[in-house]
Amino acid sequence: MTHDAFLFLTTFLASGVEAVEALTIVLAVGVVRGWRSPLIGVGVAALALAVIVAVLGPALRLLPIDTLRLVVGALLLVFGLQWLRKAILRSSGYKELHDEAAAFAAEREQASNASRATSTGMDWYSFTVAFKGVLLEGLEVVFIVVTFGATQGRVPLAAAAAVVAVVLVIAVGLVVRAPLERVPENTIKFAVGLLLTSFGVFWAGEGAGVSWPGGDLAILGILAFLGLLSFALVHQLRHQRVTARTAVGT
Amino acid sequence: MRYVRAFIVFWWDFVVGDDWRVAVGVALGLGLAAFLAHRGFAAWWVLPATVAVVLAASLRRATRSTE
Repeated sequence: MTHDAFLFLTTFLASGVEAVEALTIVLAVGVVRGWRSPLIGVGVAALALAVIVAVLGPALRLLPIDTLRLVVGALLLVFGLQWLRKAILRSSGYKELHDEAAAFAAEREQASNASRATSTGMDWYSFTVAFKGVLLEGLEVVFIVVTFGATQGRVPLAAAAAVVAVVLVIAVGLVVRAPLERVPENTIKFAVGLLLTSFGVFWAGEGAGVSWPGGDLAILGILAFLGLLSFALVHQLRHQRVTARTAVGT
Repeated sequence: MRYVRAFIVFWWDFVVGDDWRVAVGVALGLGLAAFLAHRGFAAWWVLPATVAVVLAASLRRATRSTE
């Protein structure tokens, strides 16, 4: 039950933030150059992502569970640490916070400057930008859906969480017709990084033969430990940054 | 051959990202945890400790290079 809840939450949040970023790209291109071609690009990318989930999900489940947990756990751990590392750098001011309004403006400017040449009624610039945006943002979601889902034998639940998040983001996007600047993306990315890393530690450990004190409940302990560690690192880096700036200023 | 290389580079960047030392640290931690666990020692602390060390070291490198 705890695992299912975390599985849903992690996939939902990760899908939500990636969908917000993809929406920004598609909106910027669509507003400037028209909707037909970018929407076809979105459809083709969504189909490609669905095929990857449909092929990889069941294929991964053919592996023995311990091997699966070791391999998937290690991958999730390395992948999750990337998210967490970036989130800590953003929170401490060493990396710029992700800003949807700025991303929208930059994408919009590029779209207006790009060539208007079309063939067979298709604007290939719009198609390619939308396709690439959705595919690349979506690959991270697919990675999480497939690895999380396969390890727990719950690919459909993970996929459902991703679909709910994407539908929700699209619905809100349709209503506001602007990039979703108010979604606390940086905070959500921090939470996803913590969840991915915690599950990576837990599953990789199980695959390596570790027996966790408290069984499945150890996941909460790992999450609490990594949460405290991350906040301590953010605090320390903020302090380090202020000290460095003061030293430069004097 | 060029496509195979591009494919491998894409997945390397996608999973490993900016700092390959994180992946190496995780692999070493996993090896140590497996070694201890298969010899009957308590190994549950190894991976959380590995994450703490690897993450702090990676952030230290990243912030030094930007100062």
